[in-house]
Amino acid sequence: MFEPVLLKNVDVADGHLVSTYEAGGGYQALAKALREYTPDEVIDLVKRSNLRGRGGAGFPTGMKWGFVPKRTGKPTYLCCNADEGEPGTFKDRIIMERHPHQLIEGLAVSAYAIGAETAYVYIRGEYVTAIRRLEQAIAEAHAKGYLGKRILGSDFNFAVHIHCGAGAYICGEETAMLESLEGKRAQPRLKPPFPAVAGLYASPTVINNVETLACVPHIVVRGADWFRGIGPDKSPGPKLYCLSGQVRKPGLYELPMGIPLRELVENHAGGALPGRRIKAVIPGGVSAPVIPEHGLEVRMDFDSLAAAGSMLGSAGVIVIDDSTCMVKVATRIIEFFHHESCGKCTPCREGLNWVVKVLRRIEAGEGAAGDLEQLEMLCKGIFGNTFCALGDGAAMGLRAALGHFRNEFVAHIEDRGCPFH
Amino acid sequence: MTMREKIEEAAARYPDQRSAIMPALLIAQKEHGHLPGPVLEEIADILGVERIRVYELATFYTLFHTEPVGMFHLQLCDNVSCMLCGSEDLLNHLETALGIGKGDTTPDGLFTLSTVECLGACEMAPVMQVGDDYHGDLDVARINALLDRLRATVGAASFEHASGRLPGE
Repeated sequence: MFEPVLLKNVDVADGHLVSTYEAGGGYQALAKALREYTPDEVIDLVKRSNLRGRGGAGFPTGMKWGFVPKRTGKPTYLCCNADEGEPGTFKDRIIMERHPHQLIEGLAVSAYAIGAETAYVYIRGEYVTAIRRLEQAIAEAHAKGYLGKRILGSDFNFAVHIHCGAGAYICGEETAMLESLEGKRAQPRLKPPFPAVAGLYASPTVINNVETLACVPHIVVRGADWFRGIGPDKSPGPKLYCLSGQVRKPGLYELPMGIPLRELVENHAGGALPGRRIKAVIPGGVSAPVIPEHGLEVRMDFDSLAAAGSMLGSAGVIVIDDSTCMVKVATRIIEFFHHESCGKCTPCREGLNWVVKVLRRIEAGEGAAGDLEQLEMLCKGIFGNTFCALGDGAAMGLRAALGHFRNEFVAHIEDRGCPFH
Repeated sequence: MTMREKIEEAAARYPDQRSAIMPALLIAQKEHGHLPGPVLEEIADILGVERIRVYELATFYTLFHTEPVGMFHLQLCDNVSCMLCGSEDLLNHLETALGIGKGDTTPDGLFTLSTVECLGACEMAPVMQVGDDYHGDLDVARINALLDRLRATVGAASFEHASGRLPGE
């Protein structure tokens, strides 16, 4: 039987207070790490756990920490990416609103491991409740001696600052987030140098997602083997899945990594709405290519979804039923990417503008023969040719919609209108 | 605290003053409702950065408003999850109920209606943000009740204003 850890206190009143967190064993991981482990031993522990980043890319967290050079003469920074903007995703908001101390403890342990004394948590500005809860939690943690100077009697000093975003999806891209933190327009940087070597203020920097950091205290307390024992060995651990769209029980579910998508949607989230049938599911936020109903046996982990031509991404699972027009969904997704394109590179900025125009005319029943070929040509021009993954995500999503639901696009063009109206 | 003091306090969190421009813009917008040119220039002066550094951020990030917005900024999410749960019908209803189109402000200055990208609260789709608050699981009846509540707040606030308190305090 799977025991939730990340959402253990999610429904407990006052779960956001330090007293509640301590009563459930909170901050014991920090005490244990400072008392029993050297920083390198914490990195080694996280490496052995096989924890992979929950922000979307699935990069091994311990390996990322291991890239940070030592004794550079510059400060090392820890940045937490809490700019959760991937449509369909709301897990980090719930962690910060209901379990802010879990994040703070994760930040403290991670900072100890990489040798950082300062962390910035970049939270999207819309998340007002999360920002207030985290501010309150930081103050509580300071008062209790979990943050500040000589934490728990050790030589470790650590401060956490909140930096509010202002509505730019691109800040989910880690180098764009660093630009934003430095007070610039959020546009991705050329890599290398990678942030581990030259990140924030050209100093060594680690950027981790909220959920990734929230996993860290549990790994310290329960061990790497416990973590690896949950789900697939190469992509293990407890995982937060965000269920939304046309499904009976939308919400946040903590279940093992690697659970079949069908089990997640039908057993846990209650399946399709009354009288409806599921047509397709987007498994990892709108950047993740759509999976048609017959593909729902796929397991929800980084490697299985990649093998199935999609991705786990942020695990924002959006359920689409048979009442919905896929041309409309695809158009809305591309409109989003077009709106959020930072404007730095031409294929994304101009390509998506063009794609939106073609999709809108198809949706309006004004499409022409050759439009689908033109969309494919545009996807080819965007995919692999953009500065960051935003353009790739848009192109992959559109290709999947065109591939799986071509008949709907063709019907719009041939019948000069939407068959769902 | 004055706006200057709040901005200086925020700036102390960073080794580089330029990092404090975004926090300063948020502080100033809370104070003034929007960010007109003179406010942007004041921020540049307080932080000792070039004006273009402030202007370029105020016009890049969507949460910053260089033009005035209504007392209540209705920000309806129309991204995929909300769209699948009926946000389009809600937008139509809001446009009719308020007599304005998307992006417009009512003549009395009370409401500005916008659609926004994903608010990250898809479990309660369709969702709308008004000021600091999220309103979820919306339907036409809930929208109507919300508009009534917001209008009633204004009545109460003007009453308090007469007794020496400003709206929003």
